[in-house]
Parts: sequence; structure tokens; C-alpha cells
Amino acid sequence: MDLTVSDLSVTLGGRKVLDAVAARLQPGRVTAILGPNGSGKSTLVKALAGLIDLDAGHVRIGGRLVQRIDPRERARTIGYLPQDATVHWNLAVRELVALGRLPHRSPFAGPSAADESAVIAALAATGTLALADRAVDTLSGGERARVQLARVLAGTPDWLLADEPLASLDPAHQLGLLERLRGLAEAGMGVVVVLHDLVQAARAADEVLLLRDGRVIAFAPAREALAHQPLREAFGVEVMVVPDAEGRLLPIPIGRS
Amino acid sequence: MSRAALIGGLAALAALLFAASLMAGKAWVPPSAWFSADPLWWIVVELRLPRAILALAIGAALGLSGAVLQGYLRNPLADPAVLGVSSCAALGAVAAITLSAMAAPLLLFGAAMAGAGGAMLLLAALAWRSESPVAFVLAGTVLASLAGALTAFLISIAPNPLAVAEVMDWIMGALTDRSFAEVRLALPFLAAGCGLLLFTGRALDALTLGEDAARSMGVRMDRVRLLVVLGTGLAVGASVAVTGVVGFVGLIVPHLLRPLAGARPGALLLPSVLGGAALLLAADSLVRLAPGAGEVRLGVAMALLGAPFFLVLLLRERRRAWI
Repeated sequence: MDLTVSDLSVTLGGRKVLDAVAARLQPGRVTAILGPNGSGKSTLVKALAGLIDLDAGHVRIGGRLVQRIDPRERARTIGYLPQDATVHWNLAVRELVALGRLPHRSPFAGPSAADESAVIAALAATGTLALADRAVDTLSGGERARVQLARVLAGTPDWLLADEPLASLDPAHQLGLLERLRGLAEAGMGVVVVLHDLVQAARAADEVLLLRDGRVIAFAPAREALAHQPLREAFGVEVMVVPDAEGRLLPIPIGRS
Repeated sequence: MSRAALIGGLAALAALLFAASLMAGKAWVPPSAWFSADPLWWIVVELRLPRAILALAIGAALGLSGAVLQGYLRNPLADPAVLGVSSCAALGAVAAITLSAMAAPLLLFGAAMAGAGGAMLLLAALAWRSESPVAFVLAGTVLASLAGALTAFLISIAPNPLAVAEVMDWIMGALTDRSFAEVRLALPFLAAGCGLLLFTGRALDALTLGEDAARSMGVRMDRVRLLVVLGTGLAVGASVAVTGVVGFVGLIVPHLLRPLAGARPGALLLPSVLGGAALLLAADSLVRLAPGAGEVRLGVAMALLGAPFFLVLLLRERRRAWI
């Protein structure tokens, strides 16, 4: 099921945050959204998730308009990991991950066997099975990020939209989380991830969507989008492109242009 | 503790306290006198039964409203008073007492419910389109202080000292001398309000992760808002309309139960219904046992017991956080 955006414009508080954005995202790929602060990345992800009103344009999943899909059905199709990952009550990890099953459960019914096994599978897939009975307050930042991912995966969505999941993680946890996202894409899930780090994007993404002031500067395979000219245009920085051991080209910012 | 054991235990406690509430008072009515020709039995049927039913239902409504509002606002300090519904209901009742020569129960009740309804409409107008709970609390606070000021104004222009005394008496909150007439008036509203509030459990669970995450999990925020405003409006409005203002129940009950039921807001709703009922039944039985001819007012007693209790709870939590 493709996720397609056509001629998308969004205005928030009188400011045009997204302007005529168009892209066709494919399942089984990791698409990274990059851009300077305030360029509309989070808004684009929310629009993809069907969470905000659009001024113009459409977001379609498998040909259907996301905003027209019943919210519970949409929730079963699109998993969204917000940037603000605050957990307001001190739940046990298992309870938190089980929240991901809410769109699958009928009202007032307890969790089914399928719910239970999806929660266990999500805990296992994120390496958090051993944390299941811990309280969320006792987790480290890295553990928390994995548990939040497990919450989304427990809903077994076709698409995962993650808004800056690497923020506040140390390099080892960043690499670990990106590897997990790659693994999910290889298993057939569509993965959209907002990133800040050009090098991480070059390592993890198949496609890159560069935004500036709500407009698409480039939407192309990572190698083409993370090159001198598009990065200069999007971020106003000069980069040095360095090949890594696996032949990927890593752009390293060296100065402002 | 397992959830079934907790709910069973709380239900048994509420049932026990209900029976105790029928027995306790200036005149003790032992079970041997029940269902007999003993005049003491008439005290139970005519005076204590309606009072115990109201304590049970209002305690349940206030406990549940508190649990729902704490979950909805994601704030353990929220209670039914934050939305200003209780102040507006009180304003309605005070208006009925001061502006009419004789405040019949039906008029008083209707005026209080009109006040609660007005509060709900204003809340909707002030905070409906806003996504954040802060706007909701602000609107509620504004409503509460406005209603407080208008109440004070009404008292100051009251035609005679008798009306003032009646207002003060009513505002302090009590279940004394309530009859089946009040039970019949309040029960449908209390039940409807509680029914609506019990539908919010799933959404409150999802809101643990914030509003965006909740919406991405299929929660319709407009529907939740409607359930919360309408549910607390009906439940709290009807409570205030028959007892006056009884605070602290909605604040304390969820706090007491969170260590037993767990922090998940949805898991706290049913226990809070039973816990609220038990607390108010216990408090209303205790106030009757005060020495002397009169009673301690229920609202006053709840505040006297509730405030220090809450303070100790807060201090304990702080100490745990410091360690």
C-alpha cells in the first residue's frame, strides 16, 4: 500500500507550514524526512498520519484518503511515534506496550490472545522483553525509546511514522534504533522517519525528502538527495562527502555556505 | 492485588458501610430491629435509607468524576471542582434560595442543574476548539471564580438574614433530612453522568501518551471531550444540587486507589466508583456520631479530614521523590 501525498498545503496559526508538497512513499523502504528547524517535518508526518486538517491536497494510503478512513481502522494501518514521548502516568512497560493494541480491541472487552501475543512479539522485536514488568519511570532514555517503538509495533501497522525518534539518544542507541527501523522495512513495513543527522540519514534511508520552508527541495534516493547542491539549498551548509566501508556516501557538514 | 479482588473488596466495603450507615446515628438501630414494627425501623426507612442511597450514589459520582478528570487532564491534582461545574451549580442553588421566598426542593434542584448546564455550555464555548487541557482548566477556573463572586454578591443582597443562614447552611454541604424526593430527582442524572464517564476508559488510557498519540491510536478527541463535559456536568451538578458542595472526594479517592489499582487511568474508574461510595458513606455515618444535638456538616467534615490527609499524602510522595 503506497502512501501518496499530492499538492499538500497546511496552514497553522496563519503561517503556511507546508506548501504544495508531493511525494509517493513505498512500503518496504525507509524514507527519511530532513530539513532545518521549522521547515514543516513534524507537520508533514502528522498530515501523513491523518492527524491534521489540510488546506489543500490529499494524502492517500492505498488510494484511500487517510482523513476519510475511520480513525480506528486508520490506527491499525498507520503507527505514529510522536516527537513528544512523555508518558504521563507511571505505567508498567507491559501496560504501555499494550496500549498499542487499543485500535484492535472492542469496547469493554479484555485483551484477546492475539493482543497478548502481539504485545510479547513487539517486546521481543525491540529487545525489551526483560523490561516488561518495570515501571516506565525507572527506564533509561534508550530503554524508553525502544519501549515506545514497541508500543507502536504492538499495533502491527503497515506503516510506521516516527518523528525524531533519535533525539536524546546516545550514538550506540541511535545506531541500534536505526538498525531496527531498517529491519522493519526489510520485513515489508513502510517506514518514515524524521531525522536531524545527515550521516544517520545516509546510513539508514533508502529515500530522502528534503524540506525547507514547507517546500520540497528534493525527494530522491539518499545518495542523490544528500549531495552538495540539495543540502546547500535546504540547510545552507557545505558538506564533505566521505565514503564509508560499505560504499555509502556520508555527508559531513563542514561550514555554512 | 488482582483487579477482581480489589473490586470485590471495595464492593464489599461499600455494602458494609451502607449497612452501617443505616444503623449509625443518634439512635442506634441494630439489625434485630430491622423489618419489624419497631418505630426505630421507621427511622431507617424514612430518614436513613434515602440518605444512605444519596451518599452511595454521590460518592460514586464524585469519585468517578475525579478519576476521569485526572486522567483526561493528565494531572493527579485535578478534581471535579476544576471545571467550575460545582461552583456554578452552587450559584444556581443560592440564586434559588435568595431570590425566591420559599426554596422548594424541586426549585432548588432545578436551579442547581441549570447552573451546571450553564457551566457546561460556557466551557464548551470557551474551550471547545482548543486541543490543550490547559485551556480547559483555565476556562474552568474562570467559571469557578465568576460563580464564586456572583454567589457572594447574591448573599450580600439577600433580602433577610434567614436566607443568608439558609445559603450558608446549604453551601457547607450535607445529607441531613434528605428524602426519597431528592433521591428520585438526583438518581437519574447521577446514573446518566456516571454512565457517560465510564465510556471514557480507553481514551484516557491512550491519553497517557499525549493527545497526538491518542488520536493516532483512533481516539476521537471531540467525542471524549463531550463525554467528559457532559458526564461530569450531570454527575457533579446533580451531586451539588442535593448536597451542596462536598469537596475532596474526587481528589482523594483516585489517589488512594492508584497504588492498588495501578496508574493506568482506565483501570481506576470502576474502583473509584466503589471507593467514592465507601468514603462518602463512612464520612456521612461519622458526622452523625458527633456529640451534642447537631451534626458536623458533611462538606466541612470532608474538608477537615481531607485536607490534612492530602497533605500527608503529598509529603510522603515528596519524600519518596527526594530519596
